[in-house]
Amino acid sequence: METVLPLPTLQISTATYNLTGMAKVLRVFFLLLRLLAVAATLCAVVIMATSHDSTTVFGITLEAKFQHTPALVFFVVANGIAFIYSLIVLFVPSTSLLSRSIIVFDVILAMLLTAAIAAAGAMAQLGKKGNSHAGWFPICDRVPNFCDHVMGAMICGCVAVITFLLIVLYDIHQVLSPKFP
Amino acid sequence: MADENGKQTEMESRPWHQTVTLLLVSLRLAALVATSTAAGLMAFNKETKTVTVAVVGTNPILQSFTAAFQQTPAFVYFVLANAIASLYNLLVMLLRPCLKNRGRQVLVHLLDMVVFALVVTGAAAAASMAELGKNGNKYARWNPICDRFEAFCIRGGVALVAAFIGAVLLLLMNALSVVGLTCKNVTSNNN
Repeated sequence: METVLPLPTLQISTATYNLTGMAKVLRVFFLLLRLLAVAATLCAVVIMATSHDSTTVFGITLEAKFQHTPALVFFVVANGIAFIYSLIVLFVPSTSLLSRSIIVFDVILAMLLTAAIAAAGAMAQLGKKGNSHAGWFPICDRVPNFCDHVMGAMICGCVAVITFLLIVLYDIHQVLSPKFP
Repeated sequence: MADENGKQTEMESRPWHQTVTLLLVSLRLAALVATSTAAGLMAFNKETKTVTVAVVGTNPILQSFTAAFQQTPAFVYFVLANAIASLYNLLVMLLRPCLKNRGRQVLVHLLDMVVFALVVTGAAAAASMAELGKNGNKYARWNPICDRFEAFCIRGGVALVAAFIGAVLLLLMNALSVVGLTCKNVTSNNN
């Protein structure tokens, strides 16, 4: 028995079971969450990738790019993978075989994104405050544009992480429901 | 007839269910050991080096430099996250007789995911700091410190490895508890 929701580009078919009203609302809400995940990961990648600033100190030009720090590179790569995955998942119908794999990949990518934001957060804190015990001076007062971009990318990354975690919660709810295929 | 069928499916799934439960308990014990090792090793990570800075006449002026985990917020978070994870695992293992209820098992599974996220973020932040301490960042003029404080770096590295092992064990435990919850789903439907 098929139920088709009237969305312009995406067709959701529930081939195996009949959805009640509340379940339909939840399904639409979590589809919107997946769209938000696409947007948030794309924003994180773009904003971090365009972070570039340079300053001149005593005639020497110091450049700040995200490629100089492996943690920020990891952040960009992780959010890029999450963006491509979220795009693919939007166009996958909810058949029984693929939906189980999607649940597994959702959990894996949520953890990857949390690790990425943790690493980028550690680097950002160091860039802002420095570490006087190790003789590492803060750089944010010299390259403020770079720091602003990193902060914006991290906010988008935080939104992406929360969205992915909510999607994982919905997946657990689906797995535990008695009508799971 | 339905009762017989229900009892039969319950008995069929019982040995597999017992295997899953045994695996879960052993994984939790191993994760407890790994996270407590990581927390303890990093918490006692401190190294002091005394260097002669200048010589005034015949008296050398000594200055001591200390590398401790409290100086880096990422390492502080690492110790806290692993400590919380090990305490949580200990608590769950001690309270196992109280957790036969299905609702409580779902709660434990959700808390497991939270604790796993804590450990993973702590390990990721500490790993980025450790990479920086080992290689430095020549663009920001941050010099590496591992060539001067070798023992600090080695202990931190071992703690990091233990935390990563604990994170992998927690991931396996999460996956297995989902399997355990769905398997129970089958038996509870027939009851």
